[in-house]
Amino acid sequence: MSALKIKKGTSRHSAYDLRDPHAEAPETHTLAVLVDNEAGVLARVIGLFSGRGYNIDSLTVAEVDHTGHTSRITIVTTGTPSIIEQIKAQLGRIVPVHEVHDLTVEGRSVERELALFKVAGEGDKRVEALRLADIFRANVVDSTLGSFVFEITGTPEKVDAFADLMRPLGLVEVARTGVAALSRGAQG
Amino acid sequence: MQKAMTGAKMVVQALKDQGVEVVFGYPGGAVLPIYDEIFQQNEIRHVLVRHEQGAVHAAEGYARATGKPGVCLVTSGPGATNAVTGLTDALMDSIPIVVLTGQVPTFMIGNDAFQEADTVGITRPCTKHNWLVKETERLSDVIHQAFHVATAGRPGPVLVDIPKDVQFASAGYTPKQKARTTHYQPKVKGDLDRITELAELMAKAERPILYTGGGVINSGPAASQLLRELAEETGFPVTSTLMGLGAYPASGKQWLGMLGMHGLYEANLAMHGCDLMINIGARFDDRITGRLQDFSPRSKKAHIDIDPSSINKVIHVDIPIVGDVAHVLEDLLHVWKAQGRKVNREGLAKWWAQIEDWRAVDCLKFEQTGRTIKPQHALARLEALTRDHPDRYICTEVGQHQMWAAQYMGFDAPNRWMTSGGLGTMGYGFPASIGVQMAHPDALVINVAGEASWLMNMQEMGTAVQYRLPVKQFILNNERLGMVRQWQELLHGERYSHSWSEALPDFVKLAEAFGAKGIHCADPDTLDEAIMEMLAYDGPVIFDCLVEKHENCFPMIPSGEPHNKMLLGEASTLDAIGAKGAVLV
Repeated sequence: MSALKIKKGTSRHSAYDLRDPHAEAPETHTLAVLVDNEAGVLARVIGLFSGRGYNIDSLTVAEVDHTGHTSRITIVTTGTPSIIEQIKAQLGRIVPVHEVHDLTVEGRSVERELALFKVAGEGDKRVEALRLADIFRANVVDSTLGSFVFEITGTPEKVDAFADLMRPLGLVEVARTGVAALSRGAQG
Repeated sequence: MQKAMTGAKMVVQALKDQGVEVVFGYPGGAVLPIYDEIFQQNEIRHVLVRHEQGAVHAAEGYARATGKPGVCLVTSGPGATNAVTGLTDALMDSIPIVVLTGQVPTFMIGNDAFQEADTVGITRPCTKHNWLVKETERLSDVIHQAFHVATAGRPGPVLVDIPKDVQFASAGYTPKQKARTTHYQPKVKGDLDRITELAELMAKAERPILYTGGGVINSGPAASQLLRELAEETGFPVTSTLMGLGAYPASGKQWLGMLGMHGLYEANLAMHGCDLMINIGARFDDRITGRLQDFSPRSKKAHIDIDPSSINKVIHVDIPIVGDVAHVLEDLLHVWKAQGRKVNREGLAKWWAQIEDWRAVDCLKFEQTGRTIKPQHALARLEALTRDHPDRYICTEVGQHQMWAAQYMGFDAPNRWMTSGGLGTMGYGFPASIGVQMAHPDALVINVAGEASWLMNMQEMGTAVQYRLPVKQFILNNERLGMVRQWQELLHGERYSHSWSEALPDFVKLAEAFGAKGIHCADPDTLDEAIMEMLAYDGPVIFDCLVEKHENCFPMIPSGEPHNKMLLGEASTLDAIGAKGAVLV
């Protein structure tokens, strides 16, 4: 990659804003949204995306504070930089939303996804599936004489790569959780 | 220990604690316990509307004329679904209203019970926030929160859905002061660095303009006062959106008139040619901007708005200031004076000379000739005969008459002009006028209407008569859906598909049937006399003013065109709208 090929939207911490407002290429961002865990809050978030025509690439939600009843929604979305800004501003407007973080621009973050893969096969294919699972550090969580269920954790790209490899080896079904993400370092 | 009471009593108590004086509503099975409590008290007045949509628009009119939240009470199912248009209208125009809906008892929710609807589901996208209250202990707290959310930050409609068993059950009442303070506390103070930056640009500007909107009105009377101070201090020209009329006085020297699709020539050309645009509480709506690529191409733009999502949504601005208009203007004036800033007198003088040239075009001129009343003439006469009334409020429906009212009527104070701006709701004006008159019983309240819009909520005549509300319904009757007709003429080869009515009522008899007064006028010579008769009558009046049927509303920026491509009259309309513009609304 040449030095000038800076990923759009990531230049916030550089001395110069290198983004060209007229050349709006879509970008993928990971947003962490802290909300009150009350009835309908997920519908509000999803309704905002569908009502205004924004994309949801993946979405995960769970209560993260059982005493304060707050949930963390992690949304991976794709849009032009101005659309991404709108999405964040619109999310911030929802009354039960406390905080909106764009993990893609707020410094470095870790993103992980958990997936379960059911792979059926016999003979060499079965052996090869098990070998590849070992390379990917996937665990076997169920096995029969003709099938495995693998559990794998990693970035969405790693999960995609594992899926590509399993497909010719007898992939039956995949279940993915979507992305959970946190910023790196000590700060919350 | 909190005082225990039933949920129904709690509702009434919470409304009293919130200072509510009037509720617009319609009873039904799922709100009967609350209606029973309303019956047993005298502090809160209930206005029985004739349709729930009317209740919400009336509450909107009340809110806009008072600055206080309007309150509605309707039943479950159809009561709630009928309120949806009003909620959407209030959301688009940022009007604070609190709608209380009855719901089937909690144990029946989800069973397709009689008059059940998923009210919070249906109204989620058309409210600022909504709540379904399943426990009586939470009810009073939620109602207090609802008032807070409706009025804090950018105002808007909220809805509280209350199942019938929750209304019957008893629990402790939470008074307003002890209500759970929500984390919802929008920022009102603008960033001082940005404000200082704006002051700097203001001092340099050669061709500045203040582009004001409904946010100035919503911010309260202080904001309008500060806007006037800012205009006075700088000598900058002022224009406004449809929503912001009255914030700066129409009689003020620096007033350019309304801008936008049917705005004034001088206002739109000044927006196009300015070098500094200061947007104060407006939102670059598509009725204002026209073609985005050519919108005010040579200006620096500042945008003051309490809602961060309004900023850079449509137009990229150079100086975004998130905050309440009154707070930001106060700081701006403070910075301006403290730094001893002065405007660029020379540049400004040239700018005003240019504006005077545009003004000289006199884009609103018309000639009242012949035996038919021109709609512009009717409104110019209404304006002349009511302008000096000490306490005048004008509502409108939606369409040509609305634009003419905005063009030909002047407002010198905020909160005196109620019109459906964002949603463009035909049928808004009549119920809104009822809400305004409830708030100001002795004021002159006129609803400027088209006959088609007016018929959409005409059932509210019953309400006006029952509560002796002397609202004046000034109907410009062209027997057409005038704005639709105009677009069909300009865009669809004069094929007037379903844009007229062949079965209009006799409005005088209609008024009489309701027990009100009807006046018919079709003669320009008797118009003044007829208007005076309407004004003199102590009670609701339907004024049927028969006007020119094929009059078009000008000036007009055709869809898809920039501000400097305005049409001033009939001669310029040929092929004015291109294929790209035709798909726009």
